[in-house]
Amino acid sequence: MSTLTYAVSDSSVMLRRQLLHMRRYPVLTFMLLGVPVVLLLLFVYVFGGTLGNGLGGATGGRSAYANYVVPGILLMTLASGAQGTAISVAMDMTEGIIARFKTMAIFPPSVLTGHVLGSMIQTMLGLAAVTGVALLVGFRPTATPVEWVAAVGLLAIFAFALTWLSVACGLVTKSVEAASNLPMPLMLLPFLGSGFVPTDSMPYALRLFAEYQPFTPVVETLRGLLLGTAIGHNAALATAWSVAITAACFLWAKALYNRDRTR
Amino acid sequence: MATPALPAAITVRGLTKSFGDKVVLDGIDLDIAQGTVFALLGPNGAGKTTMVHILSTLINADGGEVRIGGHDLARTPDAVRAVIGLTGQFSAVDNLLTGAENLRLMADLHRLGRTAGRARIADLLARFDLVDAATTPVATYSGGMKRRLDLAMTLVGDPRVIFLDEPTTGLDPRSRRTMWQIIRDLVTDGVTILLTTQYLDEADQLADRVGVLDHGRLIAEGSPDELKRRVPGGHIRLQFADPHRLDSAARLLDGSTRDHDGLTLRVPSDAGVRSLRAVLDRLDRAAVEVDSLSIHLPDLDDVFLALTTSPTTTRTGNPNREKESVR
Repeated sequence: MSTLTYAVSDSSVMLRRQLLHMRRYPVLTFMLLGVPVVLLLLFVYVFGGTLGNGLGGATGGRSAYANYVVPGILLMTLASGAQGTAISVAMDMTEGIIARFKTMAIFPPSVLTGHVLGSMIQTMLGLAAVTGVALLVGFRPTATPVEWVAAVGLLAIFAFALTWLSVACGLVTKSVEAASNLPMPLMLLPFLGSGFVPTDSMPYALRLFAEYQPFTPVVETLRGLLLGTAIGHNAALATAWSVAITAACFLWAKALYNRDRTR
Repeated sequence: MATPALPAAITVRGLTKSFGDKVVLDGIDLDIAQGTVFALLGPNGAGKTTMVHILSTLINADGGEVRIGGHDLARTPDAVRAVIGLTGQFSAVDNLLTGAENLRLMADLHRLGRTAGRARIADLLARFDLVDAATTPVATYSGGMKRRLDLAMTLVGDPRVIFLDEPTTGLDPRSRRTMWQIIRDLVTDGVTILLTTQYLDEADQLADRVGVLDHGRLIAEGSPDELKRRVPGGHIRLQFADPHRLDSAARLLDGSTRDHDGLTLRVPSDAGVRSLRAVLDRLDRAAVEVDSLSIHLPDLDDVFLALTTSPTTTRTGNPNREKESVR
């Protein structure tokens, strides 16, 4: 068999292992879904009325803010999923079975690709669930089917990038506790961008950061696809960020996994 | 026993490994014949586990040459991986899955195919007495069950060389014996086994040849009997109620050594019934009353102390290693 067939068949076996883990311990999945859903409800019902008026749109108020905040909440879902991935990778690395995998003639990164594919499925299901809740609380997208597909595609490639980042985070830490803290900044990034309020309302230094960090072009592109706002160069930027983060973190994670086979 | 005619399953030449400044393996040479059990004995930190980690491709050696099943370890690690199996000190099982799912995982990674995989899993579950527990998560298994599953998982790929890193550490006596029987059956099937252990009796039970590892060097190698002959550790320890009795007994028994503080007397002996009776008869005739006695057989402590320290050094017995106490 060629390396590619090995890679695909071993990765799919490892994916099935991850799916069994998820099915046996659904608590983690629900916990990770809880964060974005609670934030969504909080921002729509508690802050939404006031923040919506500050957007300066034609209608303002809660319904305008519900539309504004959903792309940010969707990225929150990705960040929350990334944290879950880091935790499950770090937990897995403490298991003796990893040493067994490393002594077997299998495609070496298949343990990691299994985690990534499992997390992707988990995250995409999470996104669907959060979108469902968003529709219930007043999210009214204007996207055409093509725009929906593009939005899902964008979320998928960005989720892929964040998942590889969190796999690396899970590998680089020595403990599960540290692994759960390391991706924390990811949860903050939607706030420090255009996820929850427009960046031009921020102080100068913060605005500079907000406009150039990777979450902002993703949020802006999503907003454009789902609600018809201007996208401009954000789509290209979002794609470039996703590809760059994926490539860097894949190589990093692979090196970390191979660095010491006894770990 | 090792037959020289059989080709070596494992050949090691000049193996070295250091972690930073610490030399863990300092030039190991080893030949293990096909279908035999080689036991690597050594205290914690002697380098046993490092050795197993290198041979099982988990870490790279700094120097030296290793061939396993005819494959060069450094050049073709995947060919080596295809013929080996490792059952480590810490259970190499997936605790979140059931026993059957763990075995299925191995069957799939070895690409056994659906029918062959199922047959193999059913066979291993039956052989390792895990049929009833097959559908319960491994997290609920006892230590012995986990170890059995661990070895069963290793066997899914039908490895010709198996590394067992302290396979019975932490097991109760019954599970230990079960594990020993499993290992014997494997050898009957022609599998070569390298096992590490801290217990001389385990090596005694299983091994064709024994290597003693200390501070990264193989300080002795031979059959268990050869090794034990080099260890003059057998003695009887007599406990007395007062110093007078201790002194009288010491005068009666040649070559004995007194411990005044502990009121004990150490009498060199092969620990056989005949010599034990001779000692007691002698004390009896002189009407010297003995409070209690214990028999000390040569064990790993003795092997080490005998091989690594000068014979004049006073040895202190480890009370945990006093076996077969006479009540």
